[in-house]
Amino acid sequence: MLIRRPADIRPSEITPADVYAQRRRFLAGALALAGSTLLAPAARAGTPTGTVLAARRNAAYSVTEAPNSWDDVTGYNNYYEFGTDKSDPAANAGHLRVTPWTVTVGGECDLKGRFALEDLIRPHPLEERIYRLRCVEAWSMVVPWVGFPLGDLVRRLKPTSRAKFVQFTTLNDPAQMPGERSRTLDWPYTEALRIDEAAHPLALLAVGLYGRVLPNQNGAPLRLVVPWKYGFKSSKAIVRIDFTERMPETTWARANPTEYGFYANVNPAVDHPRWSQKTERRIGAGVFAPRQGTLPFNGYAEQVASLYTGLDLRKNF
Amino acid sequence: MFAASLVPLAALAARTFGVGGLGLGANPVAALTDALGLWALRFLLATLTLTPLRYLSGSAEWLRLRRMLGLYAFLYATLHFAMYFLVDQRLAVGVLVEDVAKRPWVTLGLIGFLILVALAATSTAWAMRKLGRNWQRLHYAVYGAGLAGCWHYYWQVKRDVTAPLAYAGVFALLMAVRAVHAWRRRLRLRAMYAPTTVPGRSEVPAPSRGN
Repeated sequence: MLIRRPADIRPSEITPADVYAQRRRFLAGALALAGSTLLAPAARAGTPTGTVLAARRNAAYSVTEAPNSWDDVTGYNNYYEFGTDKSDPAANAGHLRVTPWTVTVGGECDLKGRFALEDLIRPHPLEERIYRLRCVEAWSMVVPWVGFPLGDLVRRLKPTSRAKFVQFTTLNDPAQMPGERSRTLDWPYTEALRIDEAAHPLALLAVGLYGRVLPNQNGAPLRLVVPWKYGFKSSKAIVRIDFTERMPETTWARANPTEYGFYANVNPAVDHPRWSQKTERRIGAGVFAPRQGTLPFNGYAEQVASLYTGLDLRKNF
Repeated sequence: MFAASLVPLAALAARTFGVGGLGLGANPVAALTDALGLWALRFLLATLTLTPLRYLSGSAEWLRLRRMLGLYAFLYATLHFAMYFLVDQRLAVGVLVEDVAKRPWVTLGLIGFLILVALAATSTAWAMRKLGRNWQRLHYAVYGAGLAGCWHYYWQVKRDVTAPLAYAGVFALLMAVRAVHAWRRRLRLRAMYAPTTVPGRSEVPAPSRGN
């Protein structure tokens, strides 16, 4: 005989699995939030924002160190066009109009002219590369950039045989860049690479960060990333690319020639008058983390040291 | 005043340990070092403001705060130095020696700090008695500490020197008030001792000291 016993728990009382999971997530979130505000100052809630870019990770050109958080990479920037404080770019760059954007190409090359940014980028497949970034101020980060090799663009622009250097000019627009209203530096910001440096596969033109479109404070819409050189070599908000026969003047070297040189390769053996370059402080490591040793060419010596054979790096700092 | 002077320190501690969602940003070591150095300079300048306030108000009450504010300048300077040497460089004596030898802005900072150490060490009533007239001579070195502090800040800044110049301007103003006061006192004394002075006047005010 089958005795139908009423179920102990009626189906209506059973919490659906997804609601149950939601509650778990809510509790975990609440705990994490409490923990992050009370216990762990480093753990912050910032998640990447912005339009997603289709880019495949290029592991061959990526370090295995953990990238810095989105908040650190987008909140701690040296970008004097928006102010000299590290938090100024994040605070002031939001109003910069990055579309439409034109890049003017000139000098010793065949493909001169004004290019809409889309046309400049379109032929180049985007890839993600996780690079170390070393600032001349003796701090460092690990950044997942999205971009394409500068060398590919350089070849496409067909430099003439007289082109020995590539110069990059940053937007000069005091109305949009409040830092340019005072003469902190000689605006516009210009930087340059030797053409063989520009052609090196590690030199990257970045348009993204953390798989998203580059935030304004990180140099949108187009910036250079030269991971074996101090950060100031990596021009932001590029509006001009010029090929030259003579070595161009660069902004920081002009501002203070005893402290900043043209090459600015990361080099623990060459001292800077202001900061010892032997060690660096990794951003995001926390108050009590030790400094770490700085590597020649920021750890990229194996790939790039051959560019400088026969060059006295002490004189050409 | 005593408690108020601890507020910046408490605020920095709160930010260090993330109390109430506060933080120090991406580079907490640099943030702490810079903030503590600035507070040391602020307290030093506040200490140097008391004598001008006495001149302007005619009240010596201000001087009662001098030792306390001076010791706070010493406290913040000590923490600033500790951030650099203990937390950032982890007692790497080689780095300290190299920085002091090669980087004039570090040298100046250390000179200023050592002056504050000497002044703090001789800030007790016992030391005042013991040193007698030399106590005042030694404590005039606070001007050197002020100069070293402002200069250290000026040389530390990479490009935008607006803030260091503002602090240096305040320091220069405070020193100028002293110079004007000393000059006027000299004129007054000269007039007092000049032959035209009424004979038999016995009350010659003792020159007041102060820094």
